[in-house]
Amino acid sequence: MSTKHTLSVLVENKPGVLARISALFSRRGFNIDSLAVGPTENDAVSRMTVVVDVDLLPLEQVTKQLNKLVEVLKVVELDPLASVNSQVVLVKVRADASNRSGILETGQMFKAKIVDATSEAIVLQAVGNADKLNSMLEILEPHGIKELVQSGVVAIGRGPRSITDRSRH
Amino acid sequence: MARRTEGHTVTDTSSSAPSPAAMARRPGNARPTPEQVTGAKSLVLALEHVGAEVVFGIPGGAILPAYDPLMDSTAVRHILVRHEQGAGHAAEGYASATGKVGVCMATSGPGATNLVTAIADAHMDSVPMVAITGQVASSSIGTDAFQEADIRGITMPITKHNYLVTDAAQIPRVIAEAFHIASTGRPGPVLVDIAKDALQATTTFAWPPQIDLPGYHPVTRPHAKQIREAVRLMAASRQPVLYVGGGVIRAGAHAELLRLAEITGIPVVTTLMARGAFPDGHPLHLGMPGMHGSVAAVTGLQRSDLLITLGARFDDRVTGQLSSFAPGARIIHADIDPAEISKNRAADVPIVGDAKAIISELITTIEAGVGDAADVNPHTYDAWAATTKGWAQEFPVGYTAPSDDALMPQQVIERIGAIAGPEAVYAAGVGQHQMWAAQFIGYERPNSWLNSGGAGTMGYSVPAAMGAKVGEPDRVVWAIDGDGCFQMTNQELATCVINDIPIKVAIINNSSLGMVRQWQSLFYNERYSNTDLHTSVGSRIPDFVKLAEAYGCVGLRCERPEDLDATIEQAMAINDRPVVIDFVVERDAMVWPMVPAGVSNDAIQTARDAAPVWDREESEAEEQDTDADHDGK
Repeated sequence: MSTKHTLSVLVENKPGVLARISALFSRRGFNIDSLAVGPTENDAVSRMTVVVDVDLLPLEQVTKQLNKLVEVLKVVELDPLASVNSQVVLVKVRADASNRSGILETGQMFKAKIVDATSEAIVLQAVGNADKLNSMLEILEPHGIKELVQSGVVAIGRGPRSITDRSRH
Repeated sequence: MARRTEGHTVTDTSSSAPSPAAMARRPGNARPTPEQVTGAKSLVLALEHVGAEVVFGIPGGAILPAYDPLMDSTAVRHILVRHEQGAGHAAEGYASATGKVGVCMATSGPGATNLVTAIADAHMDSVPMVAITGQVASSSIGTDAFQEADIRGITMPITKHNYLVTDAAQIPRVIAEAFHIASTGRPGPVLVDIAKDALQATTTFAWPPQIDLPGYHPVTRPHAKQIREAVRLMAASRQPVLYVGGGVIRAGAHAELLRLAEITGIPVVTTLMARGAFPDGHPLHLGMPGMHGSVAAVTGLQRSDLLITLGARFDDRVTGQLSSFAPGARIIHADIDPAEISKNRAADVPIVGDAKAIISELITTIEAGVGDAADVNPHTYDAWAATTKGWAQEFPVGYTAPSDDALMPQQVIERIGAIAGPEAVYAAGVGQHQMWAAQFIGYERPNSWLNSGGAGTMGYSVPAAMGAKVGEPDRVVWAIDGDGCFQMTNQELATCVINDIPIKVAIINNSSLGMVRQWQSLFYNERYSNTDLHTSVGSRIPDFVKLAEAYGCVGLRCERPEDLDATIEQAMAINDRPVVIDFVVERDAMVWPMVPAGVSNDAIQTARDAAPVWDREESEAEEQDTDADHDGK
């Protein structure tokens, strides 16, 4: 059983909420793999996607402790089979005449975009789930990765229902 | 305080004090009448409207604007303390003795950080408290301005919720929300940090404000199915124990608890935070469980087949080594805070709700007597009740008098309890004297025992007693303090004298940091590293009698058992000013029983190297019974 769990946390869009949530994770000793936060269809609400690396019992504690925060509106664990997730990476790869075409080929394979190119390096932007992005990075690795930046994972449930339709976790 | 929340309509079920939100919604207050005021005046008006009677605090630069209109308020009494920690503990003492929200106030920077210990303490013990702090002007926030501290950031992990207000228009709403959050659900501290320019700005004041808490819905009504499940387990049980925590006191559920115990005949243990939730004199009471609990309470839990847990949280000081705690017991866990349920020990029947509502529902179901409920009666448990009562009689909490005529600390505390009686309020510090005060005073009513249970804050006693006396001026209030604790916060004696708050302080003076010394005696080969306080052995630094007199208190000293009652009675007769008694006691006295840290509660010792001697046959029979029951499930 995987110990990675993806939580969607709807919070009031107020200053300090992110600090409150990240402080809660660190105080209770829960490890965050990834955290992404942004506005939603509702101006008053922000949505966080938190990937945590915990077993089931501590996960229940995480959820309960999150729910105790006054500014947290809803916590939902997304079932990996019934949701889609995605993240962005920007990777700067050492590229000269000798290896440029190989890099471009790899980029194409993973539907990555070239967002910057010079005579010494190329910046690729790729979007997708962690497995896909890791495969791409593995292939790029021998070329020389000069710089790498990744966003947090964002995730959403499949199907017509919205997270706000679901009963409170 | 027991409150029921449905959406945002708040009604009071305890009928003690209406919640701020309820007051804000009283029909007479229904029409907001905007009024041009400063933010500071708005704050004071808001405090008046939520029903705050007393604020403990100290002014300073950033909070200064608030102190000007506060001077004119006739509804809100401000008591000027000598240290902000004292303000915080006084607010806690006030809240714990009255069940109302305690309020403390401080300025920015060090004023605010001095509140931190008391806020953390209130957080651990679920004390309803609102702390109001001044903050530097909003334009200076983040610049490391003079007396700037990010108190909102600092207190995030130790408050139920907190606010930074930079817009004067938000003050009434935030104050109403703060009192609502502090007093409903699982009570706790809420901090409101207000920038100085918000206090100075002109704004409009209207009451009631619109409370906007879409993410705050404490569940107070228990689920009917869970109540039925709980009764089913109770019917199947033969060795149940009511494991009662501080939640029962905060919920005002003591009367319901008494009824539940009496209709079922199930023995009761009350944790350190729950002393007084169930009368000590009641035959079903086995005493306090935990590290310094009674043999009957500790063993009752260990050998139980069902813990009916009410507002308790399986704290490590109660469970000892968690894996061997109550090994044969199934668990009913009722708590207002869902996060407590199954946090430390998995619950078989979780019940989320207010303790008063839950116990009432249990009573209703049991009294209806339908199905399983028919078996939940004293006849079902009488053998077990007799066994546990036998332990209570065989192994009472006691102490050995020394051969010479030294004054024993336990005796001092026992006599104070006997003379002042159950109507008094007792506020302890932290350490040996705290445990003895929990063991040797008979508590018969809730809110009569105040202490720092979760945080273990030395210095709690004097300011908490002060706050309790302000809230309950007609009650005798004793601070049961240690010579170490007393020296951390005794400056509040000045506050007591000047503001006519005649508390009584018993310093259990063993000239050392007694609990630490006890551990050094037991576990560090009697190497007393940095625990000698020189307050009676060899020297008297300070001389507590002179110190008391310097503050304008009456200072007394008692060193011999034969003077004990007369000294206590002398203190009881003085009501026009605080009394401080220096009880010079035997320094080698230890707190027993004791379960050493990190081992099973089965290893309880009644004295050094002395375990309870069980009747062999009875002991084996008990174990077989437990096993049989457990296997039967």
